[in-house]
Amino acid sequence: MVDKLSRRNLFKVAGAAGAAVTFRSTPAPAQNEPETEQAPAPASEATQSSPASNVEHQDILFFFTPEEAQFVEAAVDRLIPADNEWPGAAWAGVANFIDRQLAGAYGAGARMYLQGPWDLGEPQQGYQLPFTPAEIYRTGIREIRGWVAEREGETEFWDLSPSAQIDILEMLQAGEVPLPSMPSSVFFETLLANTIEGWFADPAYGGNRDMVSWRMIGFPGAYAQYTDLVEEHGLSFERPPMSMAEVSRTDHHNEDH
Amino acid sequence: MAVRMKPVDVALVGGGATAAILGKELAEAGYSVVALERGRMRQTVPDFQSPYMHDELKYSVRHSLMQDPGTQTLTFRNFVGQKALPMRQLGSFLPGTGVGGAMVHWNGQTWRFQPESFVLRSWVNERYGSDFLPEDITIQDWGITYDELEPYYDFFEKICGTSGTAGNLAGQIQEGGNPFEGPRSEPYPNPPMKQAYAGHLFGEAAADLGYTPFPVPSSNVTRHYTNPYGARFQPCMYCGFCEHYGCEHFAKASPQVAILPFAMANENFELRTNAYVQRVEWDRGSKVATGVTYIDARGREVFQPANMVALCAFAHHNVVLMLNSGIGTPYDPSTGEGTVGRNYTYQTMSGATVFYPPDVQLNSFMGAGALGTAIDDFNTGSFDHSELGFVGGAYIAAYTTGGRPINRHPVPDGTPRWGTEWKQAVQRHYNSTATITVHGSSMPHRGNYIGLDPNYTDAFGQPLGMITFDFPHNDRLMSRYVTSKAWEIAEAMGGEQISVSWLDDHYSIVPYQTTHNTGGAIMGTDPTKSVVNKFLQSWDLHNLWVMGSSVFPQNAGYNPTDTVGALAYWAVDHMINDYLQDPRPLVPT
Repeated sequence: MVDKLSRRNLFKVAGAAGAAVTFRSTPAPAQNEPETEQAPAPASEATQSSPASNVEHQDILFFFTPEEAQFVEAAVDRLIPADNEWPGAAWAGVANFIDRQLAGAYGAGARMYLQGPWDLGEPQQGYQLPFTPAEIYRTGIREIRGWVAEREGETEFWDLSPSAQIDILEMLQAGEVPLPSMPSSVFFETLLANTIEGWFADPAYGGNRDMVSWRMIGFPGAYAQYTDLVEEHGLSFERPPMSMAEVSRTDHHNEDH
Repeated sequence: MAVRMKPVDVALVGGGATAAILGKELAEAGYSVVALERGRMRQTVPDFQSPYMHDELKYSVRHSLMQDPGTQTLTFRNFVGQKALPMRQLGSFLPGTGVGGAMVHWNGQTWRFQPESFVLRSWVNERYGSDFLPEDITIQDWGITYDELEPYYDFFEKICGTSGTAGNLAGQIQEGGNPFEGPRSEPYPNPPMKQAYAGHLFGEAAADLGYTPFPVPSSNVTRHYTNPYGARFQPCMYCGFCEHYGCEHFAKASPQVAILPFAMANENFELRTNAYVQRVEWDRGSKVATGVTYIDARGREVFQPANMVALCAFAHHNVVLMLNSGIGTPYDPSTGEGTVGRNYTYQTMSGATVFYPPDVQLNSFMGAGALGTAIDDFNTGSFDHSELGFVGGAYIAAYTTGGRPINRHPVPDGTPRWGTEWKQAVQRHYNSTATITVHGSSMPHRGNYIGLDPNYTDAFGQPLGMITFDFPHNDRLMSRYVTSKAWEIAEAMGGEQISVSWLDDHYSIVPYQTTHNTGGAIMGTDPTKSVVNKFLQSWDLHNLWVMGSSVFPQNAGYNPTDTVGALAYWAVDHMINDYLQDPRPLVPT
């Protein structure tokens, strides 16, 4: 049932949206990136693929070092992997998304109270470490790489097999990796939250390439006006999603107002 | 040396809902009014426009319309004796900042409190006996009755263009409405919202079980409408971007749409933005407020003299301002004495989730903040508690507020939190899952209060407010009882699987619950147990008034905005028609 539904969605995307995503019908191994192709003659300007689809995540790093980017690229693809139907987080540009977030206000700790004194407190009292999100990544990745090198023998997280990477992520999640500066679960939860954000956020932020996550679940995106449809219970809503950039370009909103 | 401004009749602390109401009415009555808003100006055009408003990351996740904890936050602990620590990021609740306050990013759910709520102590004593509750449950009467407040509810709902089906018109129970509500003098100004699929499924199941489902009262307005001030609303588009967002459609009632333009049009009214009020100044001899001191956009300390001051900031902030100004006696949980900070309450939330097969497409992205179907059979005044050992209750509702996927991608219990299985579960369940909310009351407990933190300060160097709060045993019993009823409805809705989120842990500042923080500067009849009298006038300084949910002695099992608005109209009526003509304590002590 699940497979059938998503195949139908994929077909719909390929046929109607003009921006098709194709890749192997066998499960995609970790390093195999799906290919993209542009369907000929999009139906209208409104249905062209988003600008983000042309941005390759490797092009420019705003915050990460190349090693940090490799780490995050591998980790996010374990958190949201490619499967038979849909690409994973790496293909969707989630590492790219996180890089940009950390280079900006979020990474610098905007909208956080960062005055001491510092005390870990109880879980009910929330995050109490002195690190900004950018510092969590910089420090956390360095310490995890050191721990991996010691444990696995001078190797890097991203060179391990997918199953070994999964084991390490599970240990991080459980707080079982002894990092000098922070509970490993803090690093893991930050990474997981940012990965889900990048997977589902508008493509303007550099992830969710081709609105892949929205196509996967059937979320129609930024364009939103359903007065005449809300009471059509059970309606199979077929319209491909639209990003903010597309809505802006086509100005649908104002025409309908 | 502070900059000194020209004196005004009235200084309002804040630029949100209650400041807009007081500003409009007082300016119209001929008084000079300045509203001091800590944030910036925000208008429907250009600040809330599509498509940029439909940005889940910016608004729901990064909280762009909300208070910045880096400037000012609160500290939190569960109990007296624990060390309070700062809320370093927003989580459990989301106070607004900027013109319009939290009434910009609210959902629009516009509930009245039941008549029993306002006389809760008397009602419990009479119905269940004065020893029904333990002594540490410090419920109180409000000093006002539902019947006194009803005309003001009615007017505020007309201002908001509230859409719904009346359940009780002048004592006559109406088909299709909420039979457990207090009597209404008039119907809602607008017809109810359309019904979403999830609400339909909930309503059918609830009716089969013998309950009375009805459309949630909504200030997402359902048709072209002009309010009593002349504000023009447009119909809601069911875009699914209400909570955490400004409304681009002029459909959700906000101060900007419904009230402020009519204050701004009056030359007696000034809205001064980037004015961060630090304290109320007052004369220790004559016991009157003399004005307020704020920090302006250039960082200067500014004194605004005023003949009258009203605190119109968010719930905690009114209390913290009083504490930082040295007004009244701070509440002491070890003795139960003192008033400022007493009876801090919240909302007791739980729920259930119904997972349908993938061919049941609920299209929850076709939503609106107050789009829902509810039952009120288990709210405080709706059922008999005598065998249950608690007071209070909750409404149960199936809301369809939107399908924004960063925050909404429900998966059944037992699903891993990441990896292939998680991803496929998200895909399978995204469009086929209904959520049931149990929106519960919050009873005050002797140990729950707002004080000043001894260790942490805000960006201006003032002590942070400190919340001490955990769910009282009474509310845990209530939540278990009503959540079990929600579970029965969920079972009857015909899904494949159900998850129930029980209230089974300490209160946590981390996950979002609601922005319904109440109490701390409560209204009442006894100056030793309340901060303001029934007119919302300070017992200590007669020219100081406190608005907002700060004044609720306990929180009901409903959203607070309708009661906040009604109380502001009630108070300003008494300011204009009584107090300002002869300034004095309106209730003798």
